[in-house]
Amino acid sequence: MLGKLDWSAIPFDQPIPLIAGAVVLVGILAVLAWVVVKGHLPYLWHEWITSVDHKRIGVMYILLASVMLLRGGSDAIMMRIQQAVAYQSQGYLPPEHYNQIFSAHGTIMIFFVAMPFVIGLMNLIVPLQLGVRDVAFPTLNSVGFWLTATGALLVNLSLVIGEFARTGWLAFPPLSELSYSPGVGVDYYAWSLQISGVGTLVAGINLVTTVLKLRTKGMNYLRMPMFCWTTLASNLLIVAAFPILTATLAMLLLDRYLGFHFFTNEAGGNVMMFMNLIWAWGHPEVYILVLPAFGIFSEVVSTFSGKALFGYRSMVLATMAICVISFMVWLHHFFTMGAGPDVNAIFGIASMIIAIPTGVKIYNWLFTMYGGRIRFETPMLWSIGFMVTFIIGGLTGVLVAVPPADFILHNSMFLVAHFHNVIIGGVLFGAFAGFEYWFPKAFGFRLNDRWGKLAFWFTFLGFYVTFIPLYVAGMLGMTRRMQHYDVAAWRPWMLVAAVGMAVLTIGVICQIMQLVVSIRNREALRDHTGDPWDGRSLEWATSSPPPVFNFAFNPDVRGEDAYWDLKAHAKQQSLQHDAPEYHDIEMPRNSPTGFVCAFFATVMGFALIWHIWWMVILGGIGAFATFVVFAWRDHDEYVIPAEEVAAIDRVNLEERRSLVSMAGTV
Amino acid sequence: MNLLDPQGPVAAANSTILVDSVFIMLAIVVPTIFAILAFAFWFRASNPKAKFQPDFVYSGRVEMVVWAIPALTVILLGGVAWIGSHQLDPAAPVPGTGSPVRIQAVSLDWKWLFIYPDQRIATVNTLTVPAGAELNFQLTSSSVMNTFFIPQLGSMIYTMNGMVTKLNLRADNEGKLQGLSAHFSGDGFPDMMFDVNVISPLAFPDWVATTAKSDAVLNEDSYKKLMQQGVEKGRPTYRLDDPRLFDLIATQHIPPGPGPELASEAGRSQSGGHDAR
Repeated sequence: MLGKLDWSAIPFDQPIPLIAGAVVLVGILAVLAWVVVKGHLPYLWHEWITSVDHKRIGVMYILLASVMLLRGGSDAIMMRIQQAVAYQSQGYLPPEHYNQIFSAHGTIMIFFVAMPFVIGLMNLIVPLQLGVRDVAFPTLNSVGFWLTATGALLVNLSLVIGEFARTGWLAFPPLSELSYSPGVGVDYYAWSLQISGVGTLVAGINLVTTVLKLRTKGMNYLRMPMFCWTTLASNLLIVAAFPILTATLAMLLLDRYLGFHFFTNEAGGNVMMFMNLIWAWGHPEVYILVLPAFGIFSEVVSTFSGKALFGYRSMVLATMAICVISFMVWLHHFFTMGAGPDVNAIFGIASMIIAIPTGVKIYNWLFTMYGGRIRFETPMLWSIGFMVTFIIGGLTGVLVAVPPADFILHNSMFLVAHFHNVIIGGVLFGAFAGFEYWFPKAFGFRLNDRWGKLAFWFTFLGFYVTFIPLYVAGMLGMTRRMQHYDVAAWRPWMLVAAVGMAVLTIGVICQIMQLVVSIRNREALRDHTGDPWDGRSLEWATSSPPPVFNFAFNPDVRGEDAYWDLKAHAKQQSLQHDAPEYHDIEMPRNSPTGFVCAFFATVMGFALIWHIWWMVILGGIGAFATFVVFAWRDHDEYVIPAEEVAAIDRVNLEERRSLVSMAGTV
Repeated sequence: MNLLDPQGPVAAANSTILVDSVFIMLAIVVPTIFAILAFAFWFRASNPKAKFQPDFVYSGRVEMVVWAIPALTVILLGGVAWIGSHQLDPAAPVPGTGSPVRIQAVSLDWKWLFIYPDQRIATVNTLTVPAGAELNFQLTSSSVMNTFFIPQLGSMIYTMNGMVTKLNLRADNEGKLQGLSAHFSGDGFPDMMFDVNVISPLAFPDWVATTAKSDAVLNEDSYKKLMQQGVEKGRPTYRLDDPRLFDLIATQHIPPGPGPELASEAGRSQSGGHDAR
């Protein structure tokens, strides 16, 4: 009846996951109770859960990422404490628990923090920057989000029901095969990623189509803001790379469920094939994450320097070069697997070549600042922090691309420090910069400056105090994923890293404080004009938060930095229409398809993990039926009458007029 | 285990390339970081002396320079990578004094087995080698992947079941070193550290003779017991029965290690972890 599931799946003997699970459960129930008692449920359902508005979906993606950041961060804290205490002892985490934690940490941070964060920001901002009213496939967009949430839910479920993978975040066979990992951990891992992977692919298709097909009048490719370009590149990579992940995990699952032999030791299975396939996805994945961050920095540096982006065309070229080359370097993840010198050297050099366009980007941001009038608002701090940190991460990255150096650094703590250096210093700093920068656009008020800057400084310093020691430990021969160790020379560095983790934690607390304080003072921080930073691209040309239709009139773009252009013209002569003629606007109707589909996907995923076959069929039929119902819908749009559009737009227009008259004096 | 304190020619070459590459890159990284901070500081909005040039958004000369700097660096480093990859190919010979010592390493769950086929002996979790001689390693795995790595002797290499990888090293100075597995392999992974005793070439035959007197014999049967999952705290030594044992393992004539026994069907498997503790 319940497949492999019975009471032994719940870790009654392990207090840590049990207490953590209980706390989370109580938290969820409390929030639910509050929502129901206060009568917010209909609002949540109509305005958020079933919403197909790209801005709402973007916000939900970022909310998911933020919550999961706390989960992944807790894992990180536990790991750093374990390695600080497990010198000549077993520490406080037994291996089967510690191994789950580092596997979950990697999986969560990449798939359920970094990915949803950047996809959320792209969803939120790209249609606004392109001057359009929605994305190409609004309902599909909602499906994509909810499937990602399903994956996150399944990963967290493994905390209290069963176990998570103990194989590392890429689940290398043969360790991840049934013979060596007979538990449900790898199944939790694989099915979570299969389901959320579909969601990511859908999001990628949607955003590629949006950028290629839905641009406002005059928005040529070479007038698109840099963030749109990096979004295009990143989502092209998603569309090309995620199917590889899906296929690879499908093969692993076939091995585990149906006795296939793709990657087993026996019957001609080949583990090196898995290595190649997973990194053929895994390396582009790195650029899927970091390219949008590059886009964010381009916007932020240009806005807060009061200048257009330096060398725009060069930046476009660099972005697309990274997009293409990122597919040709995957082998550098296993130089030490015994490939010949020619192969190693060629892939090493290919990997270094990526550093060229990346270096160009750094220099172009540098020259964007040159001759600027730099305002050190919080997003700009994150950007400068990024530039400094990322260069160091780039240096160590190129270093491990030199095969003979990688022969002694591969899989070491040095490598761990390197990829955290680029993922925290690149992706996370970028996500935070984008968060601070676009928060007023999404919610209509700015974030508190003081707490934001504190959060930056603690995170920035905490990063160095945590990861410089790991670089050193790697130079002392320490390899990754050690549950305990006996080497005295490593100990002090692990202790320093634990202190760094504490500093990083303070940084996260400051972020939370910033949100709390800002929400309390939201009236004082209100952004009336829709353009709080003196912005340059079209997202600032509408109110904050934007109306559901984004723009009453589709903007007409005449050059790069479209909104800046508009403002500059407005200074000389009042170009604003006095009595513009409003039209009805058609918008897509909300749809519960995404939520319902994800509900059935959750049921199906859970049932697959536990071999509950009747429930698998139930979930499968449910998900398919949801799709059929949606496909046969009669009405998918509704009309916002011209009067309503006019009423909403006039309010913002008034506010903006005052801004324009002020801009004349600046 | 300091990488910058190499005890053999391979490690010395590895770390030289490492340090050289870092310095080549620092030559452009340091000025760039300095420029970032300097530009950010000088062009702060509150500095009246900084000249505001909002139209400085393109310069062909600057573009050429900014593409050229990283490109030139990469050309230089690419040369280092190409030459280094060939010179330091793990399978390339590392000439030494005296006759080379053949060692066949097998990663087990969770210990290292070192077979000396010519000496007809085998050791677990301890590797004894003569200083100055070329060490020819052939490596495989009994079950999951591992990586054989002695940080102070240089270049690591994966071990995989059903496959043989090759690695040549040399230890120049007598002394004790440590090796480890550098690829996560399960619950007992952190206990896969092993001792490396580098002894004088004159003492090596004596050590071999002593070890060959061991009561324990390594053959297919005792190997199968050894490859059961578990951690080995001692340093057992064996007389080698059949010098072809490694080939039998590598060609899967001896089937791969069994993994954990299926103690409980559901959820947390009860095996493995206890051994590791």
